Amino acid sequence: MFDSLSEKLQGTLAGVRQRGALTEDDINKAMREIRLALLEADVNFKVVKQFTSSVKERALGIEITKQLNPGQQVIKIVNEELTALMGGQSAGITFSPRPPTVILMAGLQGSGKTTATAKLAKLLSEQNGSSVAVAACDVYRPAAVDQLIKVGAQAGATVYERGTDADPVDIAGWALDQAKRDGKDVLIVDTSGRLHVDQALMAELANIKKRVRPHVVLLVVDAMTGQDAVNVAEQFAEVAQFDGVILSKLDGDARGGAALSVKAVTGKPILFASTGEKLGDFEKFHPDRMAQRILGMGDVLSFIEKAEQQVDQDEAKELERKLRKNQFTLEDFLDQLKKIRKMGPLTSLLGMIPGLAGHQLSKMNVDEKELDRVEAMILSMTPYERRHPELIKGSRRLRIAKGSGTTVQQVNQLVKQFDQMRKVMRGIQQGKMPDLGQIMRGR
Amino acid sequence: MARDWYDLFLLDQAPPEVPAEPEREEKRRGFFKRLRENMKKTREALTAEVQATLFEGDLDEETWERLEEALIYADVGAATTAQVVEELEREAEDGNLVGGEALSNRLAELLAQLARTGDDKIDLRPDPTVILVVGVNGTGKTTTIGKLAWHLRNTLQLQVVVGAADTFRAAAVEQLERWGERAGVDVVKGPEGSDPGAVAFDAIARGRERGADVIIIDTAGRLHTQTNLMDELTKVRRVISKQMPDAPHETLMTVDATTGQNGVRQAKLFGEAVGVTGIILTKLDGTAKGGIALAIANELNIPVKLIGIGEQLEDLRPFDPDDFAKALLTA
Repeated sequence: MFDSLSEKLQGTLAGVRQRGALTEDDINKAMREIRLALLEADVNFKVVKQFTSSVKERALGIEITKQLNPGQQVIKIVNEELTALMGGQSAGITFSPRPPTVILMAGLQGSGKTTATAKLAKLLSEQNGSSVAVAACDVYRPAAVDQLIKVGAQAGATVYERGTDADPVDIAGWALDQAKRDGKDVLIVDTSGRLHVDQALMAELANIKKRVRPHVVLLVVDAMTGQDAVNVAEQFAEVAQFDGVILSKLDGDARGGAALSVKAVTGKPILFASTGEKLGDFEKFHPDRMAQRILGMGDVLSFIEKAEQQVDQDEAKELERKLRKNQFTLEDFLDQLKKIRKMGPLTSLLGMIPGLAGHQLSKMNVDEKELDRVEAMILSMTPYERRHPELIKGSRRLRIAKGSGTTVQQVNQLVKQFDQMRKVMRGIQQGKMPDLGQIMRGR
Repeated sequence: MARDWYDLFLLDQAPPEVPAEPEREEKRRGFFKRLRENMKKTREALTAEVQATLFEGDLDEETWERLEEALIYADVGAATTAQVVEELEREAEDGNLVGGEALSNRLAELLAQLARTGDDKIDLRPDPTVILVVGVNGTGKTTTIGKLAWHLRNTLQLQVVVGAADTFRAAAVEQLERWGERAGVDVVKGPEGSDPGAVAFDAIARGRERGADVIIIDTAGRLHTQTNLMDELTKVRRVISKQMPDAPHETLMTVDATTGQNGVRQAKLFGEAVGVTGIILTKLDGTAKGGIALAIANELNIPVKLIGIGEQLEDLRPFDPDDFAKALLTA
């Protein structure tokens, strides 16, 4: 994790300040730590080698400044180089002026092609208003066609399928004709997963490509892939020169070094990231953030962006005023809770906060059902009760419990926790450091 | 010696038709040949190079660095790699190992030793034996279960019932049903989106009713970081245990051989949720070497029990630590 890499680097370079400059020996020590961190993140070892040597070159001869300590300076260089290597700006899909724009999906078995096909279909139809069709060319995996029929329909796409007896190349060609006839804007061709060393299947992929002449070929890569990512990417590039990559399963805790490896060896950008079980969990890829994730810096920017979308400035000021005056009520609490929950599951939000990676708090269990219960309880209160929770006793408690399908004990606990939270907030006003973990666990 | 199905499983009585020893031996060799063929492309490009240059010339800093890189490249991970290389370096310095061949052999031994951990057999003596299969999405659970059911049914002549408790992924049940038809085993299912615990419960009830020898429960793939889904898995396990106190007798986790260092986290968190007793290392027929299994064995003491080396039914095989260690490094 970045915390530990950062700490290690600062430890390694602790004696440097007095000397005023980084010696080659200091830098070699620092490079060893960086090398380990990148290897643990599954960046290909050849890429790591190249990378550390370019960082080393830049680090040699830098002057130690007053603003940053030597460890921080090295980290700054590492971050800059890594971001540059990941590719600066995030790219997108270029649509053909003569629809349908044909997108061909390729990848190993289990990398998540069929899911990614449906997610991409949903994204394109919702964000661009395109009418999207998908072609079911995975005739090998049992029930893969059934899967695409289901998820395709959920994504609002037309599914072109001809069962599993037809030839995948023919299905693709036929689907393209259908898409033209139906006036579709986009056709996404799902193919079966194949090993990059399987010559027969790779030839088939090349034939599908020849038949439908896709405008965009996308390779789906599992974010948890190890050193082999380089082989896979190179082989697929050879057979079906792809234009971009979809990184799947990024909602796990893999550091995703494979993304860096693939970019470094093929030069192709990563376009999208698949970040959850739901069809909507699919987003544009941000290279700069990925660089930080690989180093374990936490997805600071994503977090900030998500937070900004939900909380507007005026509201934030009003909230702050209430907190200061200790007028924060259960009504405000409910409001905040709803906003936070709109940003996604709490656990994934916690993972985005830098410094929490590896921290106890990031492993904390946030039970979404518990939050549902809290919402239900507050909603079962009268507005007056929400503003004056101290009134909630006896019969009011019973009514709220009945109304929200909870127990008197649970209502009691909520009121107590809320009271404690207000006390902690008062503590913050007076400059005491709260124990965040305790608040979140509701103790 | 490569192990076979008769070695892997502990049975009450001898299976009906254990082939004679020479025939078994031939099959084992046949398997090894197949493994080699399936893995050939990998080795040609890469390991030939590694092997040829690994212990070339004097033993110096560079030798150990090369070795380190070879292991890192196989996804063994930095910590386990350092441990192995240090040990080999120490033994070499003691003067016990002279020459490239001695070093390579000892290295393979050390790697096999690491892979050989815990109880690596599958005990089928409980009647019925319940096997729970878990893992991350896309690692090959359903395919593996289809093949495993086929082997239990056709090689060992056992009665098998499979529970399709992956009620989440669209068409997962259909996929398992096709495999069930192929393997000639009974598949118990619930409606899509239904409670996986209920399906597991029904599968065990049906299995007992029909006097099945083995009941295999398929579960939906899930990322180990999704707490709610992991809780659901714990619940499935609890449902099984309530029905049969010592079940599940075996909890196998599929790990994709292409997985990098995150594999250790996967095994750790699945282990905490459901108590993983063995790994099935899938997709070993690509260029990935599955070194992560070694890191899992070393750090968590969970042994690999089965490997998947191809699409065919016979491409699911018992795991052999010696073959695996050799395959990590040699052509």
